[in-house]
Amino acid sequence: MNDVAIVGIGMHEFGRHDGVSGKRMGVVAVRRALADCGLDWSDMQFAVGGSMDAGAADTMVSEVGLTGLPFTNVVNGCATGGTALSQSVNTIKSGAADLGIAIGFDKHEKGAFRIKGPRGKDWYGGSGLALTTQFFGMKITRYMHDHGITQDALARVSAKAFRNGAMNPMAWRRKPMTEEQVLESMMLSWPLTQYMFCSPGEGGVAMIVCRADKAKEYTDTPIYIKAAAMRTRQFGSFEVLAPSTAIDRDPGPTTDASKAAFEMAGLGPQDVDIAQLQDTESGAEIMHMAENGFCEHGEQEDMLARGDTEINGRLPVNTDGGCLANGEPIGASGLRQVYENVLQLRGQAGERQVPNDPKVAYTHVYGAPGISGVTILSR
Amino acid sequence: MTASTANQTLVADGVFRLDDDGRPILFGSRCNNCGNHMYPRQSGCPKCMFDGAEDIELAQTGTLWTWTVQAFPPKAPPYLGPVGADFEPYGVGYVELDNQVRVETRLTVGTPEELEIGMEMEIVAQVLGTDDDGNDIVTYAFAPTGDSSNNQENGDAS
Repeated sequence: MNDVAIVGIGMHEFGRHDGVSGKRMGVVAVRRALADCGLDWSDMQFAVGGSMDAGAADTMVSEVGLTGLPFTNVVNGCATGGTALSQSVNTIKSGAADLGIAIGFDKHEKGAFRIKGPRGKDWYGGSGLALTTQFFGMKITRYMHDHGITQDALARVSAKAFRNGAMNPMAWRRKPMTEEQVLESMMLSWPLTQYMFCSPGEGGVAMIVCRADKAKEYTDTPIYIKAAAMRTRQFGSFEVLAPSTAIDRDPGPTTDASKAAFEMAGLGPQDVDIAQLQDTESGAEIMHMAENGFCEHGEQEDMLARGDTEINGRLPVNTDGGCLANGEPIGASGLRQVYENVLQLRGQAGERQVPNDPKVAYTHVYGAPGISGVTILSR
Repeated sequence: MTASTANQTLVADGVFRLDDDGRPILFGSRCNNCGNHMYPRQSGCPKCMFDGAEDIELAQTGTLWTWTVQAFPPKAPPYLGPVGADFEPYGVGYVELDNQVRVETRLTVGTPEELEIGMEMEIVAQVLGTDDDGNDIVTYAFAPTGDSSNNQENGDAS
C-alpha cells in the first residue's frame, strides 16, 4: 500500500462571516490549498468533502471548476472533516489515485447545537434534557469527583486557549482572558462557565494529499500521514444526549481510536511532540489528555499548573487556540487541527511556533453520538 | 413547579406512568438474553446484540451518579417549562438504579451546594407547565430522599 503525504493546506478564517456562505468558505480554502503547493484544480484526481449544515460539498465544482473529477460527499457528525481526510488517505493507499483533496467547511447559527428528543412526543426536549452542554457539565463533574480535578484547572485550559488564539490570525476569539475572567463569566452548566465552552462557528479547511513517493514534486516540506483512525462508542461508554447509560463502564471511543492510531503508526504517546485535542469545553481537553494516553487520569491538574501543555511546555496542546478560540464549524473542525499540525511540523506557525522542533503531531476529534477520530502526522 | 389542582397530562405516552401515590414509574426493558436494562424501552440489546426484551418497570429510588445545573433557559419549543423571567435553574443528573441502569433526569434541586455524588434519590412528579387546555404537563424528576419538599412536588391531581 502507498504511504500518503499532505502537500498543500488552505484555510478560510474561522469566526462569523455574515453574507459569506459555508460553501464559499470551502472554495476559499480550496484555492489557498492549491496555491500552497502550486497546483491547479484540474490536477486533482478526486475530492472528498463535507459539511453538517452548509450543504453538499460537491456543488462547489460549479465555482472551482467543472473538471469531471469524482467528488464524494461525506457527513459524519463531528468527524466529518476527519472522515474526508481518512477517505482521501484510503483512496491513495489503495492505489486508486495519486493526488486528491479533502475539504471541510460549515456555517452554524448561534446556539445551533440543539437536538430534538429521541421519539414520539418530544418528552426529552420538553423536559429540558436535550442540551449538549448538560452532558459536558455532567461528564466533568463525575471526572472531577473521581480524579481530583479542580475548577481552576478548567479555567487554566480556557486561558491557554485564548492566549494561543490571540497569536493565530485564523482564530475567531483573539483576545486573551485571565483565569479569573473565565471563572467569573456566566455559569452555563455547572461547573462550566461561558468561556469554558466553544461556540458553533464558521470556517473552511482544505488539504491536498498525494502518494508519499511523489510528494517532493509538489513541496519541499511534505508532511506524512502515519495514521488516521475513527471509532464509534462501545457498550458502557458515557455519551452525549443519552436518556440512560449502562452501569458497566467503557473508556469510550477516544481511547479506542487513539490505540488504533498509535498501532497503525507504530508509535506511542511518548513519541508525540504536539497535540490538538477536542476541547468542546475546557473539561474535555483535560479528560482527552488522559483518554488519548498522554497522562494518567488525575495528572492533568499538576500538568496544567506546571504549564506542561503551553506552547513552550513538554507537550503543547491546542496551539492554535483549539475549539475554544476558533469555534466549531463541525465539518471543518477536525481538518483545522490537522492544518495547525502541518504548520507546526513545517515550522511555519509564526508567533505560536512550538520551540521543541516537533517531528510527530497528533489530532483528536470527539462528538455526538459517541465518535472519535485521531490522526498522527510526521515530517 | 408547585402543587396544583389542575388536571394532569403526562409529557409523553409510553415513557412512564404514575402510581397510586402519584409517583412516576419509568418504563424500561430487560434483555431476554443477557439481562441488560434499557431505558426508554427498546428490543435490541446494545450489550449482547440479542433482539428481544421484556417490558419492566424501573426502580423508583437510586443514588446520584453525576449532576449539573441548567443555568440558562432552554429553547422553547421544544422546552415546555418556564422561560424568560420565570425561568429558574434546575438540576440535571444521572441516577443509578441498583443493578438496573443509570437514567438521565431532572433534579428537584438546582443549587450546586445541595447536590453531591452518591446521595440517595427518589423519583417524584414535576409539573413543567400547562398545555393549551389548561392541564398541568407532568414529567419526572429525582429529589433527595426524605426532602420535605418532595410531597409538594408530587402535584396532587385530585
